[in-house]
Amino acid sequence: MIDIYNELTSIVDKDFVSNKPEELYIYGRDPGLMPAHEPEYVVMPSTVEEVQAIVRLANREKIAIVPKGGGLSLTGLVIPQKGGILLDMKKMDRIIEINEKGSYALIEGGTTHGALKSHLLKNYPHLRHSIPDSPPIATVVANAVIHGQGRLTQQRGFNSDMVCGLEVVLPTGEVCKIGTSAVSDYWFSKGAPLPDLSSLFFGWCGTTGIITKMAVKLYPCKKLRDVMLFLTDRAELVPDIMLKLGRTEMIEDLVVTAQPIPLRYAGNYYILFYITGDSEEELEYKRKYCWHTLWEYFEKRDGGFVSLVPEMKAPLLSMPSKDTTRFADVSKGGGFEYSGPIAPIEKYAVYVKKLEELAVKYNLYYSSAARMIDGGHSMMFSFSYTFNRADAQTMKRAKQALDEAAEYALDNGGVMWKPNLDEQKITIRKMDPNTLELMTRIKKLLDPNGIMNPGNWEVL
Amino acid sequence: MYELIFDREKCARCKSIPCMTKCQYIKLDTVTAKKEWQKVLDGEDSFILEACTTCYACNEYCPHGNNPFYMIVDRQEKKGILPSPRPIITMWVNQCEPVGKFTVGLLQEKALSYCFLAHFNVLAHGKLFEDLEYSAVYGQEFFCNAVYLHYAKTSLIKERLPKIIENIRKQGIKELVCLHDECYATYTSLAPAYGIEVPFHPIHYYDYLIEKLKALKDKVKPLGLKVAYQRNCSTRLIPEVDKSLDELFNLIGVERAVRKYDRKNALCCAEIIRMAKGPELADELQKKNLDDMQSVKPDYVVFNCPACWDSLATKVAERGMKPIHVIDLCRLAVGEEQSLNLEKMEAEV
Amino acid sequence: MKRYQSQIHRCFRCGYCKFPTDYSAYNCPAYSRFRFDTYSTGGRLWLIYAWLKGEVPWSEHLAEILYTCTTCKNCVEQCPMKFAPEIVDWIIEARSDMVEQGKIPARVKRFLESVYNYGNPLKKTAAERLPWTKGLKKYKEGTQYLLFLGCLASYEEATREMVENCVKALDEAGVSYGTLGDDETCCGNEVYAMGEMELSKQLAEKNISKFKELGVKSVITLCPHGYNIMKNQYQNMGYPFEVLHYSQVLAKHADEIARKVEGEVKGKKVTYHDPCYLGRHNKLYETPRKAIAAHNGFELVEMPRNRRDAFCCGGGSGNFINDYLAGSKDSPARIRVREAAETGAGILAVACPGCLIMLKEAVKTENLEDRLQVMDLATVIAKSK
Ligand SMILES: Cc1cc2nc3c(=O)[nH]c(=O)nc-3n(C[C@H](O)[C@H](O)[C@H](O)COP(=O)(O)OP(=O)(O)OC[C@H]3O[C@@H](n4cnc5c(N)ncnc54)[C@H](O)[C@@H]3O)c2cc1C
Ligand code: SF4
Ligand code: SF4
Ligand code: SF4
Ligand code: SF4
Repeated sequence: MIDIYNELTSIVDKDFVSNKPEELYIYGRDPGLMPAHEPEYVVMPSTVEEVQAIVRLANREKIAIVPKGGGLSLTGLVIPQKGGILLDMKKMDRIIEINEKGSYALIEGGTTHGALKSHLLKNYPHLRHSIPDSPPIATVVANAVIHGQGRLTQQRGFNSDMVCGLEVVLPTGEVCKIGTSAVSDYWFSKGAPLPDLSSLFFGWCGTTGIITKMAVKLYPCKKLRDVMLFLTDRAELVPDIMLKLGRTEMIEDLVVTAQPIPLRYAGNYYILFYITGDSEEELEYKRKYCWHTLWEYFEKRDGGFVSLVPEMKAPLLSMPSKDTTRFADVSKGGGFEYSGPIAPIEKYAVYVKKLEELAVKYNLYYSSAARMIDGGHSMMFSFSYTFNRADAQTMKRAKQALDEAAEYALDNGGVMWKPNLDEQKITIRKMDPNTLELMTRIKKLLDPNGIMNPGNWEVL
Repeated sequence: MYELIFDREKCARCKSIPCMTKCQYIKLDTVTAKKEWQKVLDGEDSFILEACTTCYACNEYCPHGNNPFYMIVDRQEKKGILPSPRPIITMWVNQCEPVGKFTVGLLQEKALSYCFLAHFNVLAHGKLFEDLEYSAVYGQEFFCNAVYLHYAKTSLIKERLPKIIENIRKQGIKELVCLHDECYATYTSLAPAYGIEVPFHPIHYYDYLIEKLKALKDKVKPLGLKVAYQRNCSTRLIPEVDKSLDELFNLIGVERAVRKYDRKNALCCAEIIRMAKGPELADELQKKNLDDMQSVKPDYVVFNCPACWDSLATKVAERGMKPIHVIDLCRLAVGEEQSLNLEKMEAEV
Repeated sequence: MKRYQSQIHRCFRCGYCKFPTDYSAYNCPAYSRFRFDTYSTGGRLWLIYAWLKGEVPWSEHLAEILYTCTTCKNCVEQCPMKFAPEIVDWIIEARSDMVEQGKIPARVKRFLESVYNYGNPLKKTAAERLPWTKGLKKYKEGTQYLLFLGCLASYEEATREMVENCVKALDEAGVSYGTLGDDETCCGNEVYAMGEMELSKQLAEKNISKFKELGVKSVITLCPHGYNIMKNQYQNMGYPFEVLHYSQVLAKHADEIARKVEGEVKGKKVTYHDPCYLGRHNKLYETPRKAIAAHNGFELVEMPRNRRDAFCCGGGSGNFINDYLAGSKDSPARIRVREAAETGAGILAVACPGCLIMLKEAVKTENLEDRLQVMDLATVIAKSK
């Protein structure tokens, strides 16, 4: 029997290899509701070469590898279903280059959103990237891998759309550049004008390779930012309100919140959106413009803007938003998870109805945040429920509610985002068989030994 | 059920209808005023009910103490007129619902009411509050509910206010020092207008401070400052407290600058108006108000109402003036520091 | 049931606690050093919960994971949840359960045994107190301040300048003070943080009874750890007295403290390292800075991580002796002195004997001796002209 632990410590500094029960325990579960399953080794590589050597070892020994960023996708995507080696990528955390003229940042596979934000703010305050509202430990790469959405998604699409180049260690161990960097010294496009191979790595949940470098597009960071809050009590009006605002091409992010507590939220849908400007005049113009865009609802008294005092604005303007995370402690139980379909925004009203129904049915606290994507081409609608980690019953009920929500969403035009294993199964069931066949062929081609995050996107 | 006590006879005898002719928003001549007001009284449709910004001022303009504003609110509700968008009203209705999350200090027979305003947690300390510092109530359970006058919800006031009053009584409070002007207005004007009994003695904090400052005479150093005063809507319901404020300013050596928009001609902070009528009117009012403040070159802009503070303090500061709450101004006079400052927006990044 | 047992499952493992306010680096010293999630606050809390539930058995490794926490309170500062203020208390309570069951790692055991037997963690007898501390006046009734030295200043050579310059400053300030001499015993702060509550209480009682006997009304501590336990726990034990950290005295008497001591210091730029037990634990951020700024010839420059975001030296919770975080270029003290050197400051000012020892050592390891001198506030002031 070969001693994989020793082989791993010959690849990576032994301080960063563990097979002790404590590390295996922690890396065997995420904060969500999918059942735990422990890896056999936890490794933190620092270089591409180390990643390659680990991948080769895993191929040779036919053991699983699961890359992990912040582990916050909540749907169990980093739970090693087949044991094996868990790669915590967060020691590969350099910001290699900010190409100011090319408006992109080149980072490593484990650089966190928090670190990139902080670096830009300090050194390039006129540039920004699309930061999601996940806690700052989420990595930029993992977030793109699962097609995350951030503060620029309303204007620019999924965070994966804002990627402009990759370096990947393939499941067979080769290092491969994707996008213009395969030909040029510049990382300005992830595909065009070449065949776009980047899609082999996004949406695959780490089953097709390990991204070791990634370039992400940077966008202007205007000097001023403000938040506006519009309320309506009619869910059926929400899609039009979203669209009207999106079509002004004046707003940054837009998120619609529905939740029963704190009490001021009850009975209304909170349409929160942001405007930016380089001067107070620019902001003021946009502020007024947005007001008048929604004037008809205001006049009919179906909707209205809330004046926000500075104390209310501070948390809303923070990026990421800590309030999103605080939802986990609403029932003092340390947990929440959401089922998040990407869906047509016209589904808002029926989804929200289902959200509330399920909360009643399973006796759970709920919350939903619907983020508009790409000017309204779709939205991410979260069915979020809290649970109490110390109460198995609430965990069970929350999981049932999420399962039911996912089924419902899929039957109503939605497609599951960062799907957990159960959601992957129902997605596969509904999928065009030829599409499925193509995915299967690609996966086999890339990962003949099936070592990459096995269990996920498996057809059987 | 409680009903508004209103003497229509007074209106019938009233010649000049000052309640409507003096209104800063609905500019009417006496003849039209008489006609439209009659419609309001008769329960008919009048554009007054739609146009009213709920600034409370007509209550002060009526020389006969007839509370025309309460009449307007009453009629608005009966006719289903929404002075603000329905969702805004819903938000107010929900966020102030008493759900048992209140704070009660070490109560004495005399106690402070923080209403439902966290500002007072910061303000009500130091020498001026030595004996009462911990004798305070705070939260929805002690919230005066007058805000619903802005939202045509007298029914809610009638439903909740008696309970609030009972909550206070149950605490054994005999004298309630109202730190929020609006609470004092509620217990001395609104409640009586609806025949709601108030079984304790409300004290306006101006009067409380006057007594305190007199007692601390040797510690008080006249400030020698000129201030612009932001007079808030609820003072319209209790204009008599303006005299107390003058006395208070006198005691601490502060000159209340004579300016266009003070006293009976005051302008409201305009944030309720923004939510009700849109940004143009609100911006115009705020600009006029701020310009006027600036023109008297005040050392401070003084606030009575925390809601006005939230609406205007930042804007005051942006124009290079210094906002301060009345309580803090008094604290300066006894050698203490300003406690309520503009929150820096860097709390979360 | 201890409180932590009913609360600890509330951690969501979101990881905010790994960072300072601006997310510019990792700010939990244990996580920075080891980088496995097990060593982050969230990992630690989840492991404690797993241990409670019997899902992870006790092991030396588990215990070490608990004791690598320096109780620096960065997590308390950063966690967005309502329970944030309690996090470190939970960790300490879990340790106390381990102590009660006799399940503690070797170095912790040694530390506690030494305090138990010798009244200090260094296995020294009172007779072995350093010569310069023995020379100090003893406290008599009527003396203004009791000067409480603490174990490190009583027994560790590296603190010599600190002690000497502190008493010099007190002399210059014209206040009267005296020490407990051989009767001083460990303050109990670290013992408490390590979860040995009973012993900590005994130590507190012993010190308090001395204070009482001598009629002490006011105590100056050299060490923020002593300051912390006296300020926050002794006070509730029936004999209230005033507690000051020496930085407060320096700041208060800045004018009287003469600036006549000559000395060579490289560079005039000073950067100040906030000790966790002065800063995050007791919110004294500006006073020590004032103590330096009041004197000529210094320019105070800040490290990127300062005040509530200061990065712990790795010494808290007995680690200035146990040093569970040593042994790597990622050891907190080494990271911290590199950060200090990058400011261009020639002096790294500290206000804690623990930080002094940790950071002095790190400067040597990092070969920064010709660029950066570590000294405590009183020594910095003494060097001003
Ligand atoms: C409070 C909260 C708020 C959230 N808000 C948002 C939001 O606004 N927008 C949003 O998009 N998401 C949000 N999320 C979901 C999720 O946290 C984020 O999408 C997050 O960015 C995922 O990143 P991670 O580093 O935690 O990923 P992980 O969970 O660690 O990994 C996700 C997937 O990526 C794979 N992976 C990781 N690293 C690599 C690599 N180097 N190469 C290849 N594959 C890799 C993993 O195997 C896994 O399949 C939120 C979550 C929480 C808890
Ligand atoms: S309310 Fe007053 S002012 Fe108005 S008409 Fe009646 S009496 Fe006159
Ligand atoms: S409340 Fe104000 S706006 Fe309304 S009628 Fe009275 S004075 Fe006019
Ligand atoms: S301690 Fe707080 S900040 Fe840290 S992981 Fe737990 S919940 Fe998040
Ligand atoms: S107290 Fe400091 S060392 Fe301990 S978990 Fe919190 S941040 Fe980490």
